Amino acid sequence: MQYTSLILILPLLSFIILGLVDSKWEPKVAGTIGTAVLGIVTLLSYYTAWMYFSSADISGVYQRIIPFQLEWLRFTEHLHIELGILLDPISVLMLVVISTVSMMVHIYSLGYMKSEKGFERYYAFLSLFTFSMLGLVVATNIFQMYIFWELVGVSSYLLIGFYYTKPEAVAASKKAFIVTRFADLFFLIGILFLSFYTKTFDFGILTSGDATVFASAAGASFMGISLMNWAMALIFIGGAGKSAMFPLHIWLPDAMEGPTPVSALIHAATMVVAGVYLVARLFPVYDLYAPDVLHGIAYVGAFTSLFAAVIACVQTDIKRVLAFSTISQIGFMMVGLGVSGMGGHHGLGYMASMFHLFTHAMFKALLFLGAGSIIHAVHSNEMNNMGGLRKYMPVTHITFLIACLSIAGIPPFSGFFSKDEILSATFEFSPYLGATMSLIAGLTAFYMFRLYYGIFWGKENKQHHTPHESPFSMLLPLVFLAVVTLFVGFIPFGEFVTNDGAPYEIHLNRTVAVISVVIAVVSILLATVMYRKESTIPAKLGTTFAGLHKAASHRFYIDEVYMFITKKIIFKNISTPIAWFDRHVIDATMNGFAEVTQWTSVRIKGFQSGRVQQYAYVILLGAIMIAALVIFV
Amino acid sequence: MNFLSIFVLVPLLMMIALFFAKNRGQINFIAATGATILLILSGILTYLYLTERAAGNMAEMLFTADTVWYAPFNIHYSVGVDGVSVAMLALTSIIVFTGVFASWRIDPLPKEFFLWYCLLSIGVYGFFISIDLFTMFMYYEIALIPMYLLIGIWGTGKKEYAAMKLTLMLMGGSALLLGGILGIYYFSGAESMNILDIAQKTIPLSAQYYLFPLTFMGFGVLGALFPFHTWSPDGHASAPTAVSMLHAGVLMKLGGYGAFRVAMYLMPEAAHEMAWIFLILTGISVIYGAFSAVVQTDLKYINAYSSVSHCGLVLFAILMMNETAMTGAVLQMLSHGLMTALFFALIGMIYGRTHTRLITQMGGLMKVLPFLGVSYVIAGLASLGLPGLSGFVAEMTIFVGSFQETDMFHRVLTIVAASSIVITAVYILRVVGKILYGKIQDPHHEELTDATWWERISVVTLIIAIVALGSLPLWISNMIHDSLIPVVNNLMR
Repeated sequence: MQYTSLILILPLLSFIILGLVDSKWEPKVAGTIGTAVLGIVTLLSYYTAWMYFSSADISGVYQRIIPFQLEWLRFTEHLHIELGILLDPISVLMLVVISTVSMMVHIYSLGYMKSEKGFERYYAFLSLFTFSMLGLVVATNIFQMYIFWELVGVSSYLLIGFYYTKPEAVAASKKAFIVTRFADLFFLIGILFLSFYTKTFDFGILTSGDATVFASAAGASFMGISLMNWAMALIFIGGAGKSAMFPLHIWLPDAMEGPTPVSALIHAATMVVAGVYLVARLFPVYDLYAPDVLHGIAYVGAFTSLFAAVIACVQTDIKRVLAFSTISQIGFMMVGLGVSGMGGHHGLGYMASMFHLFTHAMFKALLFLGAGSIIHAVHSNEMNNMGGLRKYMPVTHITFLIACLSIAGIPPFSGFFSKDEILSATFEFSPYLGATMSLIAGLTAFYMFRLYYGIFWGKENKQHHTPHESPFSMLLPLVFLAVVTLFVGFIPFGEFVTNDGAPYEIHLNRTVAVISVVIAVVSILLATVMYRKESTIPAKLGTTFAGLHKAASHRFYIDEVYMFITKKIIFKNISTPIAWFDRHVIDATMNGFAEVTQWTSVRIKGFQSGRVQQYAYVILLGAIMIAALVIFV
Repeated sequence: MNFLSIFVLVPLLMMIALFFAKNRGQINFIAATGATILLILSGILTYLYLTERAAGNMAEMLFTADTVWYAPFNIHYSVGVDGVSVAMLALTSIIVFTGVFASWRIDPLPKEFFLWYCLLSIGVYGFFISIDLFTMFMYYEIALIPMYLLIGIWGTGKKEYAAMKLTLMLMGGSALLLGGILGIYYFSGAESMNILDIAQKTIPLSAQYYLFPLTFMGFGVLGALFPFHTWSPDGHASAPTAVSMLHAGVLMKLGGYGAFRVAMYLMPEAAHEMAWIFLILTGISVIYGAFSAVVQTDLKYINAYSSVSHCGLVLFAILMMNETAMTGAVLQMLSHGLMTALFFALIGMIYGRTHTRLITQMGGLMKVLPFLGVSYVIAGLASLGLPGLSGFVAEMTIFVGSFQETDMFHRVLTIVAASSIVITAVYILRVVGKILYGKIQDPHHEELTDATWWERISVVTLIIAIVALGSLPLWISNMIHDSLIPVVNNLMR
């Protein structure tokens, strides 16, 4: 399976070529090259998946295959970074997810970004992102993952700031990069701890469950907490930054300043689930050596999920609603991982989490691309400027509805299956947590249908021109993803992806399924009553719960807290004083030396006046003094 | 004639040729040809070195030569290189080459400028090839003196003040250094000032206790060790482009190079005892420099403080005293040299167009200067440690290496130093966001023209080097690592 290296090499080449030619070629050519290259990559990924799942199954367990690996940098005898490709169920799954969504986004952008300046640059960055993201998921060792982790971070930065003349976009890109960089610092320290005690970066050795690897780490502790807990918690913080977990979520809503297809690809389907992937990748280590951290992850996920869902209910910018919904859904995936155990039925949460990652990537990409189609038509992100669009944009309307039903968890749409399994795993772990997650699922259905009705139903807004359906290149991805969303739920996912590699047959948990469907339907009905036609209920509710409403609209003031920390504390109270200290104390001391020297020399230069009489006078004085000394002492 | 001495000879010949140059065309031709020859020579040297090593030559220094220079004091002209010096020579050649193209239109007095520029190069090359303490010191001084004139005459702003300050502070450092070197020679009881000979001897611990700080601080001043770094912001801000490039790119590396080649290698016992003091100082440099850079508004000041932070990391890693961290230190010297030269080159080019270096007066330059803008972003990304560019390789080697020291003190310091990667991101993105993105601030900037061909040569060469070091680091890292083994063995003694 040597050819898998092409999956990485081709997008990289595409990035380099498109980056170097910049605007010398016709925009169309650049777009075609980028899309064509990605087409090949997608086919290769599908072929790899096919080959892998049909041949890697040895005595009922999927093997790990490393078709390609080379040494990149050597630190010490044990610690060296390899760049390679690791194929196992989750990496193959991610290959399929990333290449599919990326392919759709490439095609979609041909229409959506058509008239934009910097079309070539856009495709170059998309290629860079695809390369980095694919490199991240096939990483054979944690340091390779960190390398590509940083690369996806920078591609995200570049794409969020694509409209670089727009101050909001520039600020958002900066914020995204710095917040994730801050989280990555913890990730790095976690890697340092983990690798120092286990003497390896390699995922194969780390997840083998070999107790000798962890022997020296198991004994060590710091501040009363075992070292493995520290290391794995630090690594999780890195994942939480990328996956926008509370309180590191603040960059994601702002990242919506980027072009909408980018939001679909990076900030909904692929990069933001990197944190989930990271935890899944290291799952055996979490399960065996840091179970407390794993449970912590479940609670962080649940809280984030609730928090984001509440905010999503009151946002009016459609992309922001979707952004908070993404945060909330990633919370679901984290919960799935956090409540999971190892193997068989215990591993249900893990399987469900990966399943949800897969289905969510599809329907959330669909939602974002649909949103892009709407924005393309009405030239606004604000729900207030929309309404009644179902007549003008039938394809967008139907595909958007399918995605909404899927995320709301209505059978037989894909989101139902994956969410249901997360809920059943959660109920087995803790009924309270299960109940909370069910409630959040209800909120999800509610805010998604609020969004849906707000856009496609309700009062028609006067537009400058009649909204029109989008071009074919944009509708094709919508239809494709809608079809995927319709059928993907029936994949017997446990046959392919489990945390011990052994296939596992899933059974629908009927009780949980019935409960969650009832909750979803009730929530949708509620949304229908409140938002399908103009109604005074939302406004009334808004005044009844004025405090909550205001806080949620302001995203619970987390951004303000960050602004306070960065602007007031770091900028005003750390950096400025340090810079002042440097100029007025350290440098002034150095200048002081110079001044003292100068002062001294000014004082004593009188001795070197060159006047002979003065010299004679001093000599005489000296002679008298010496004579006096000789005589009197 | 020894191969290494050609590195000193070429700039000397350039100087002679420059005397006869009549116009700017000839001057530029001589400078460019000489610099190209130097670049090719260092390529050849690297190749020869690697083949020699591959052939199994395990001598500590290769291509050695030794001539008695001043017999009464046993001063020899002895040269030789190991992997570290080979890497530093390659760095020097790249910076000298790109510096020539960055000063293609230097004004006034181009001839005199390049004369001093060549003298400066002689000093730097000579320093890296020397293995005799005295010769080394002599070349060190040769490199310092031209700086005064280069800044004083061709500089901008408060140039006389800056030139004076820089020279005096560095001279102060070299005064400490001279004391240290002479002390090392006398107390070691060696027959010559050859570093390899002295390394065989043991200097009494009581003497090491004051010789080590003298030497380390002497070199540390040049390596921008806190609190002796204040020459750097003023000096760089006033220096002409090529001088900033050469000074921050190579000359500051003399500090790091000397610190381990002389201070650590020859006085391992004191290094062990006293490392903690300097570790704290360098740790402060790393964070302090980064935080200071966050609030600066002058591009050159930002870069100067960023250099304090990055060079602090060099000395920091050297003091960790294990192979990995020290390899990281050398990689960081290379990486910082290339990055900062690129930064100063670009700042010079932008300043040449906008006539301001204040970030508050610029904006949206990406639109009018796409080439320079993209290059600036690449330099910035290298500086904040993006994988695939040189900074990442160096920093990660340093952090992994430092983490091999198990006690709490080293651990905490390492984590503190590592946190600089976040602050670096803050000040780099702040600058990029302010000057390149957004709307054009000054209507005059609409008319600006992008880089000329000589500027492109300079910038592209540096970017290629940064990418090469960052994406294929294995061979150079191994070359450096193997050469550091004798040093580390000496430290373990």
